[in-house]
Order: sequence, then structure tokens, then C-alpha cells
Amino acid sequence: MTPAVLEALLAAQKAHRPAVLVRRLDDNEQTLIVDGERTTGPLLPPSLDTVVQGAVRNDKSTKLETPDGSWFVQVFNPPLRLVVVGAVHIAQALVPMAQLAGYAVTVVDPRRAFAAEARFPDVPLVHDWPDEALDALAPDARTAVVTLTHDPKLDDPALTRALHSQAFYIAALGSKKTHASRVQRLHDAGFDDTQIARIHGPAGLNLGAVSPAEIAISVMAQMTQVLRSPR
Amino acid sequence: MSDDVLGTIQSWRAEGKRAALATVINTWGSSPRPVGSQLGIAEDGAMVGSVSGGCIEGAVVTEALDIIEGAPAKLLTFGVSNEQAWDVGLACGGTVEVYVEAIP
Repeated sequence: MTPAVLEALLAAQKAHRPAVLVRRLDDNEQTLIVDGERTTGPLLPPSLDTVVQGAVRNDKSTKLETPDGSWFVQVFNPPLRLVVVGAVHIAQALVPMAQLAGYAVTVVDPRRAFAAEARFPDVPLVHDWPDEALDALAPDARTAVVTLTHDPKLDDPALTRALHSQAFYIAALGSKKTHASRVQRLHDAGFDDTQIARIHGPAGLNLGAVSPAEIAISVMAQMTQVLRSPR
Repeated sequence: MSDDVLGTIQSWRAEGKRAALATVINTWGSSPRPVGSQLGIAEDGAMVGSVSGGCIEGAVVTEALDIIEGAPAKLLTFGVSNEQAWDVGLACGGTVEVYVEAIP
């Protein structure tokens, strides 16, 4: 890898742009594609276009042989994202765990006493109401949304927005009873069973978790399970 | 813990250290790290990231140090039934191909 390719790749990562590095292994010629546009390196044979697009979509690097040579297509997608609604005690455990697992995490809570820098050092905090926050964050198929407030005033607007998105994991903390009332409210708001079934509630795998950190582990485990299950 | 292999390599280079990059480009059977996984190696032997569960990193670093010193980039294959000169294999029974190159 030349220093120029390394620098261009790091710049793409910093800007959260999807990048693909295509190497021809026979001579180590390298082409960097950022946001679908070639930025450095030689033109690629058109036969590679679909492979490159598929690799980005599936977030899967791949080696392949063509009449033009042996190629390695390496995907550098922006990190997965996690939006945590509710800057509560469990969030203080979940946020660093998710960061370790490679997620870019944003915490949403209009209550400034909760979403305080001192409680979440170096974490992006959003103090808008959750529906506005979710509109701005625009969850995509590589985003998880977890609500932790137990307060329908805050959780419901976030869940409503999440259900209208492609978020790969949506979860809401709260007991089975709390979740049953939540399901009823969402029904009343016009969501059908299939849509509501996207919400994992109560959030997390049933590990018998008790402490905030243990509950965070159960949520992290379920998020991983959903992410890695074949869809 | 830092998984930022490329960022770490860049900071080594900023300190004036030469570096190499090892990338998993193919796997067969059971393998600990998926295709695309990377290991950065500095000329002083420092490492960031991984290409296996620790089974082959030692051998990859040895090759990487030669490549930092000017040997050409190389495609290494590690597997259980490997006839090459490698002493190292994967206990899990899989095979991996690792491409090692200098970042001058």
C-alpha cells in the first residue's frame, strides 16, 4: 500500500465515507474507490463493478479471479452506529461496550442532567427530543436503536421513528408488562403486528441480568446475534 | 485496545518508523478472523490488530520485518497440511492466505 493510498483511505474513514480498495495481486496495483468514485489508482475492468458494489452492500471483502488477473476487493465501510435513547445508568455501561465492539455511538436525552459530559466523556450527546434527534441521525441498515428511558414520552417518539427506518436492531428496555402497554400504544398509533415485532422488548437476551453492566451485556449480545444472523 | 490498524500505522510513520501491513485475503474452513482482517507491524516489532487468534502472528511478523527491510511483498499461506517451510499452522484446522506488504 502506498502512502498516498493509506492517506486517502484514512481520510475516507474520517469522513465516514464507504471505501473499497481493489488490489491486483499479480502486480499489487491498487485502486481506491470512495463513495463509488475512483480516487486513486488505475481504471478497473468493468467486470469488477458488480463485485465491488456487492462487497460494499454485504460489507464483505472478497478475493476473485478474472481473465485480467487475481484481485482482492477489500471493504472499508464506516462503522456500525448505535443510537442510545436515555442517558441512564445502563447507558453508561452499554456505550463503552458498544464502542469496543466497533460501533459509533450517539446518546440522545433531552434531560441535560442525564446526558451530561461528565457521565459520558467523549461521547456525542444530543439533547433534542428523540423524534427530532432520530430524524437528524437518519438510522440506516447499519444502525441499531435502543431505548432505555422507561418513559413513553421519550421512548415512543424514538421507536416510532426507528420503525420507519431500516435500522437492523430496535430494542426497548422495560418489563414484559411495560412492553405490552408499549405494543398497545403503537397499535393505537397505526403500526401493525409485523412492524411492532421488529422491536426487541424487553431488550436483550434473557441472561438473568441484574446490574446495569449485565443488562448492557444482554443487549450487546442480542444486538450481535441479530447483526450476525443470516437475513 | 485499538483496532485502528491503518491509523496506528500512520502514527508509526509519523514517528519515522517503517511499517508493514498484513491482510487476510482468503480463508477456507474454520478460521479465526474473517477476510479483510489486518495486522500492522512496525520496524521495532510493535503490532496492532490481528490476522488469526494468535496462531500465526509470530510467523507473519518475521516475514513482515524482512519485507520492511526491502524484501518484496508476499502472499503467505497457513494451514494444517501445509507442505511449505512454515512451522506454524492453524490449530483450528482452517487455511488462511495472508498478503504482507511494506508501507514505505
